[in-house]
This record gives sequence, C-alpha cells and structure tokens, in this order.
Amino acid sequence: MTMLEQSWHLTLRNLRFLLRQPWYIGVTLVQPVIWLVLFGALFKNITQIPGFTSPSYIDYLTPGVVIMSALFSSGWLGMGFIEAMDRGVINRFLTSPTSRGALIVGSLAYGGIVTAVQSLIIVGVGVASGARYSSLAGVALLLLVTILISTAFGSFSNAVALLLRKQESLIGAVNFLVLPLAFLSSIFMQQSLMPRWIQVVATYNPVNWAVAAGRAALASGANWHLVAEDSAYLLLLAVVCAWLSTRAFRSYQRSL
Amino acid sequence: MISYQESRLMPISLALPAKDRPVHAAIVAQDLVKTYKGGVRALDGLSLSIEPGTIFGLLGPNGAGKSTTVKILTTLTRQTSGAAYVIGFDVARQPERVRHAIGCVAQGSSLDPELTGRENLTLQGQLHGVNRGELRRRVSELLDRFGLDTAANRLVRTYSGGMQRKLDVALGLVHRPQVLFLDEPTTGLDPEARAEMWAQISRLVAEDGVTILLTTHYLEEADKLAKRLAIVDRGRIVIEGSPEELKAGLRGDTIQMELEAPANQELVQGALNAVEGLREITVEGKVVRARADRGAAAAPAALARLEAGDVRVASVTIARPSLDDVYLRCAGRVFIEADKENAA
Repeated sequence: MTMLEQSWHLTLRNLRFLLRQPWYIGVTLVQPVIWLVLFGALFKNITQIPGFTSPSYIDYLTPGVVIMSALFSSGWLGMGFIEAMDRGVINRFLTSPTSRGALIVGSLAYGGIVTAVQSLIIVGVGVASGARYSSLAGVALLLLVTILISTAFGSFSNAVALLLRKQESLIGAVNFLVLPLAFLSSIFMQQSLMPRWIQVVATYNPVNWAVAAGRAALASGANWHLVAEDSAYLLLLAVVCAWLSTRAFRSYQRSL
Repeated sequence: MISYQESRLMPISLALPAKDRPVHAAIVAQDLVKTYKGGVRALDGLSLSIEPGTIFGLLGPNGAGKSTTVKILTTLTRQTSGAAYVIGFDVARQPERVRHAIGCVAQGSSLDPELTGRENLTLQGQLHGVNRGELRRRVSELLDRFGLDTAANRLVRTYSGGMQRKLDVALGLVHRPQVLFLDEPTTGLDPEARAEMWAQISRLVAEDGVTILLTTHYLEEADKLAKRLAIVDRGRIVIEGSPEELKAGLRGDTIQMELEAPANQELVQGALNAVEGLREITVEGKVVRARADRGAAAAPAALARLEAGDVRVASVTIARPSLDDVYLRCAGRVFIEADKENAA
C-alpha cells in the first residue's frame, strides 16, 4: 500500500509542476493539432492510391497523430528526473523510505494522465475536421494502447535519464528515435503500400503495434483479435521497460 | 508482542546480533573504504562512533571525504569495504530501516522550486508515511519554528538562499528522525543566517534529543556546535576529540608572522630555531608559523633574529590555539591550502 500511496503523491507532484507551466501545456496541446492539420492537408491525396482502404485521410491520420504525440510527450518524461537529480531532489527521495518503484510509477502515471488528456483533445479535433468513428469503446481502446506505448517509451526515457544524467543526451536519444519510429510505422501510410523492407521493419516496431491496434479498434467491424494481440504485446513491453527503468536507479546510485 | 525493532523504547543495540552490537552509539562506522572507478580512494579506512543526543562535527577541507561518509551513512551509496550502523541498523544490509530513522540535509539545497514551502514539507512527510492530521500539525509547527510561516504558500524559487536552507533542514525533520545528517548546512549563508542556523541546530539537540552528524569546513562552526569532532583528511580521521581536548593538545600560543617577501626557508628556520621557547616552526611562502608557551615573550626575540638575518617582517599576530592550529598540526598542512589543493 505504501508504494501505491507514494506513487500517488509523486504523480500529484508532477501534475502540479505541469499546471504551473501554462506555456508548456499550450505547446503540448497546440503541436499535435498543427500536425493533424498539416499532415492532413499534405497527404490528402494518399486516399487516391489504389489499394488504400480508408475513404478519408483524416479518419486514417487521427489515431496516428494521437500516438506520435504520445511518443513525443512521453519521450520527455526523463527530463523530470534529470531536473530532480540536478537539484538534489532525487537524492532526498532516495534517502527517505520512498521506493524506487514509486518514483518510476509516479512519473509514468503522470505521463499516462497527460497522454490521455492530449489524446482526447486530438481525437476531438480530428472529429471536428471530419473524422468519423463508430464507437466510444473504440476511442477508449485507442487511449489504452496509446497509454501502453507511452508507458514503454516513457520508461525508456526515464532509464536514459538515470543512466546518462544529461539533458543533451536525453534530447539526442529522443530525437534520434521518435521520427524514425513514427515513419517506420503505419502512422502516415498503410502498411501494405510501404516498400517491402519498411513493411518488415514495421512488423517489429512497437509503435506500429499501437497504431495498428488503435486504428483497428476505431474501425467499424473491428478486428478484435488483432487489437487484443497487439495490446498484450504492448502491455508486456510496458511492464518490462518500467521494470528496467527501476533498475536504472542502481546505475545512478553507483555513480554517487 | 512488540517487535523490538519497531519499538523506540527498547535499546537500539538489541536489533543486532550480539557480536555486532555497537553498544549505545547512534552512529558507528568501522574502517570504511570507498573507491571510485579509476581508483580514486575517497575514504581510506574511516572509523567513528557517535553518542546519542549529541552533535558530532566532521571537519575537513573540500574533497577530504566528508560527503562520501554522509552518502554511505544515509544509504545513498555503498562502501567498498568496512561496515556502518545507524541506530543499530546496518546501512548496507538494512537500508530501509535506516531511511525511516534518519533525516538528511544534503550539501546544497534539495528542494522543488516549483512547489511552495508547505507543499515541499507535506510531500516529504507523505513519502515518510506520516499520517494526515499529524502531518498538517507538524508542517505548521516546522514552518513556524524556522520563521517560514509567512512565506509558506509562496513558491520556493522565490525564497532567499537562507530561507531555502532553513526549509531544507525543516524537510529533514518532518518525520521526527532520531538521527539527522547535516552536510555543510551553512555553506554560502551570510553571517546573520549562519548564526540563526546555529541556534536552530543547538535547539534540536537540546529540546528534541536528536543525534546530529554535522559536516562543515568552517572550523569555528564545529568549535561552537559540536560536542565531539573529528578532522578528516585524505579519506581518514586524523584526530578526534572534544574541541577543548583538541585545543588543549596544543600547548601555548601561535605566533604567525607575515614576511614582506618570500624568504629562504632554511634561513628562516635556522634563525628561529635559535629563539628559546619557540617550536613547531613552519614556513609557507611569506607566512611563518610557530608556537611558544608565552607568545608575547617569544615574539620580539623572533623578530630580532629575523631582522638580523635580513628577513623583513610585515606583520605579527599572537593567538590562543584555534582549530586551525589543530588542523595544521594533524594534517600537516594549512586548512585553506588543503582546500585549494583539493579543489584544483
């Protein structure tokens, strides 16, 4: 119980920081909307490629932008740890009975809440731009897989933060990964229309699992088998990443 | 049945198997060694023992090993070899127990600047599992005690350095720890804030019975606050005792002379060796130090000898023994010089 209580208090701490930085909230919310509008217009004619199954590109793109935005915002989760390390706050927590797991869970739960709110806003903007989805259950499942992939990627970010302990290193790692992971998935382009080698890479890309599952959940006559299978893989990945990031505290403490 | 480890009333030493019992000591360190990657030896066999309810001063220049000692005792890092116990719990094997019992005020501030003073304190208490009603009372009490009540609801980033330091100490106390670690609590504070901090620290021991391990590189701070103190140099303790004992070990007065220009060391030594009653003569650049039972009597003779050897003296001071002198004698170098050397 203690660990859950500690996680809750740390989640609130992180949310307080966010609420006190309104400009950051603004950027986090406006940027995905810009992507939705920009990519939506830029790639509008993709629907005319023979074999593209979705009738409207905004229908197709919205879940993709939801997941890409989640990657970006969860990629910066480790920044919180780097700031806390620089300020000596992490050491204060580590010399108190706070569990390392609670520090990680507090960060991931905060990331999950931010991702959920951001995703709902993007879906809302998508619908306002003409996207049509069959059910609220589909939207809920999209949220679930988005939170799972952002938990995995957020854990990666936290681990990088604890292992390398420098803002520059984290910025480098996140920038190096997010766009390639996004373009090597079906965020913008249907997998069957990709070059062969990208199709193969995408099959093993967890971002693609999330996009495929999220998009399938939103479609009418959803392929529930695919949704369940991809969600299970994502859950496993998220748990393993979260556990590994907790282990990264050892590396940090050895450096002290 | 009460578990003895959970009861504060039982002797702390019972928590350990008989052979390991560090009887009646709040903190025990035995032969601590800490080496870092690349072979840097931060601690080289450091041992100490601290009586409950007292302030123990760990004194030394930057890089002497003070902070490494605190990091090991507060479970932040592990020793390479040796053992340490805080209220009877092994810091390496029972870190959870230790963490419940201690408060830590690290070197430099460790606050969340985007939270208010009250929020910082409350979170720290919540992480320690202090229950809600008790925590609210305790937070108000500490804010009041450290004169932060009017600033309680302001973001910490608007606090002055002195206010932040006071809040740091308050955070270390929120769960009523038995042992408090204060790592250079007054570094960077102005004299007024420092005096106020000293008063608070003394009060903690007098009123709350807390055991305090205080590290400092201000000799006067250790002299003023600590019941016992140890001087650390190059990862080991070079001398330990009460401030009075350490000073009493130095007979007589210190004579310090500043020369107009650096002089030949042998020449100065030779000239001063001939002065009766003068001993422990050291020459470092333009500064010459020596001891004498009666400084006022020995100084004119020393001056005359130096003048005769054509060494010009710019100033002379005669002082009662200070911890500076203790340090000089034990570590074989002047405190400030060691500080600079380690910083380089």
